[in-house]
Amino acid sequence: MRQFISFLFIAAAVSGVSGVIAAASDGIDGIPSSRAAPTIPVNVPDTMAERVKPCTVCHGQADRVGRDAYYPRIAGKPEGYLFNQLRDFRDGRRYYRPMTLLLANVSDEYLREMAAYFSGLRQPYPPPEQVISSPTEIRQAQKLIQQGDATRDIPACVECHGKQLMGTAPFIPGLLGLPRIYIAAQFGAWKNGGVMRGQESNCMSDIARQLTIEETNAVAAWLAAQPVPENAGPAQALPPGMAQRCESIVQRGAGR
Amino acid sequence: MKIAVIAAAVAVLAGISLSPGVTGATSPKKEAKAEKNATPLSSVLLKQRQARGAYLARAGNCIGCHTAQGGFAYAGGRKLSTPFGTFVTSNITPDKATGIGDWNEDDFWKALHEGKSRDGRLLYPAFPYTEYTKITREDSDAIFAHLRTLEPVIQQNPPSQVASRYDFQPLLTLWRAAYFKPGVYQADPTKSTEWNRGAYLVQGLGHCSACHAERNPLGGMIGRKGDDKLGGGQIMGSNWYAPSLTSSLEASTAGWPIEEIVQLLTTGISSRATTSGPMAEVVSQSLQHLTKEDARAMAVYLKSLPETQSRQQVNPPAQTEQVRAWLRYGARIYKEHCQDCHGDSGQGAPGIYPPLASNRSVTLTPPTNVIRSVLNGGYPPSTAGNPRPYGMPPFAQVLRDGEVALVLSYIRNAWGNRASLVTTAQVDKSREGITER
Repeated sequence: MRQFISFLFIAAAVSGVSGVIAAASDGIDGIPSSRAAPTIPVNVPDTMAERVKPCTVCHGQADRVGRDAYYPRIAGKPEGYLFNQLRDFRDGRRYYRPMTLLLANVSDEYLREMAAYFSGLRQPYPPPEQVISSPTEIRQAQKLIQQGDATRDIPACVECHGKQLMGTAPFIPGLLGLPRIYIAAQFGAWKNGGVMRGQESNCMSDIARQLTIEETNAVAAWLAAQPVPENAGPAQALPPGMAQRCESIVQRGAGR
Repeated sequence: MKIAVIAAAVAVLAGISLSPGVTGATSPKKEAKAEKNATPLSSVLLKQRQARGAYLARAGNCIGCHTAQGGFAYAGGRKLSTPFGTFVTSNITPDKATGIGDWNEDDFWKALHEGKSRDGRLLYPAFPYTEYTKITREDSDAIFAHLRTLEPVIQQNPPSQVASRYDFQPLLTLWRAAYFKPGVYQADPTKSTEWNRGAYLVQGLGHCSACHAERNPLGGMIGRKGDDKLGGGQIMGSNWYAPSLTSSLEASTAGWPIEEIVQLLTTGISSRATTSGPMAEVVSQSLQHLTKEDARAMAVYLKSLPETQSRQQVNPPAQTEQVRAWLRYGARIYKEHCQDCHGDSGQGAPGIYPPLASNRSVTLTPPTNVIRSVLNGGYPPSTAGNPRPYGMPPFAQVLRDGEVALVLSYIRNAWGNRASLVTTAQVDKSREGITER
């Protein structure tokens, strides 16, 4: 209450305050202050590469660990997948505030163009990671990746992510050429709803919740240790059953 | 005990704020209503009214507050945090249970014009009825007709959390007596039709003063007598400063050609300025959809606003050896990170990358906005006139607070710019403040 009364006094005081403008002094030596010389505007290339500079300050040729987060390489990822991520970041369905702030008020059309640009970038993949896994871990990973586990309703990774594990156009990302730590983090985010906030249960979060931490670590380690095959590319279509199960990932139209 | 204290406070408030000439809420004006309801509109007329309402709803940016981030349009749920509490916007789709499906034109008018809900409860001025009161009954009815055409969305939003010391309707009565003057916009016969249209849009539908007014700690708009309270201020509950539209040190457009004002309002960028933050949102959702005539009318009115003394204090640093060393350090950071786009003399590429020399948003005090720009980067809005904007990278991940402070201090004091130094603490505070949209 006292706070409220003091507000009243402040209110009265504020209404009496007026602005004061101090006289500006001359330029600072050592610092160019002259604008007399004609200056030519900066020449800006009319390219997408120039337009996505705000992205590439973090998302470079390789995955990078930044001060606050992990910035994955995004070159060559499927266009629909990238567009979905951009739109979800912008609309707060995927949660990372710097991306939300960066993309506020960018239109769907422009996001789609950005997604197409990065999707079309061909940059060499990093060499596979040297990961030491036990034979048990390797068997466990291979089984989940190739066969899944029907008893827990876990489909094989290859069903959606392609036989070559290079994704399925246009919405499902590849799993090779990614660092172990990134894959492990994505599993965690799917479990905790960090990848798609407020979404109804959907395939990937359900699957991640079924997996134990040992299993996700084993899968992440195995995937990171595989080389990206020559001339590898995404598969062309999802199996109908998976397309239905993962509808919420593939087609999302809600919102503005 | 608490009641007694409140009563005392109410008395104090009444004593301070109720000055002669300030009227309280007036009785509802319902003259026009009877004849409107007498004959049902022909379907052609109704369609026209709905279309007009859709346009006006854009001009009033209803969707901006009444849509949650990533949520259904007009279904509400957006949280507006203010010093008085967190207000959750309402669902204004025509769902009967959770929206305004049970409302009629009169209920809607009462909200817009009088700031009262259907049940007679006084609304908190987070809903800008202080501005919307200037909307004509005809426009109010048209907007309502448009809202009736929306797909009903069943969405029950959580209640607003009003701070307990303000959650008391009699206080609102007093607040309204002091700061709310109901009344439709009255044209100034000494001014042109275009000017009056602009004033109507700026003061009423556009509710520009909701952000651009200076406010006292009670949230009342203060400033020059009259209706154009656009002297600039911190946007309530947000880490953005809405610059004064009446000060040449801030964002007055008195010296601009009309075309450039129109360009900024409708495309989000001009050779003189770039919109960002809440203003980019307003351009994106509202202003870019204005007709050429309306955008021009707003520009004519804004340009005509008389200069008011800025509250800003231009407080350039004394040129000590220490300051010179700081600025030289800032210059090195500038060269490494900023110069490629903004040029070696802050000239930028007007209309693409903003010039920093003589840029008022760079030298603005407080430096809140420019700190945000450097930390968060961002794109100007994609608009029909500028569909593929170039953007500013976020540097929060690249530069340390001290480096941001140094480079901004340099930019604010190079190429003829003169402004106070930016401190590391200010940058740090701004990082903390990045909690809202």
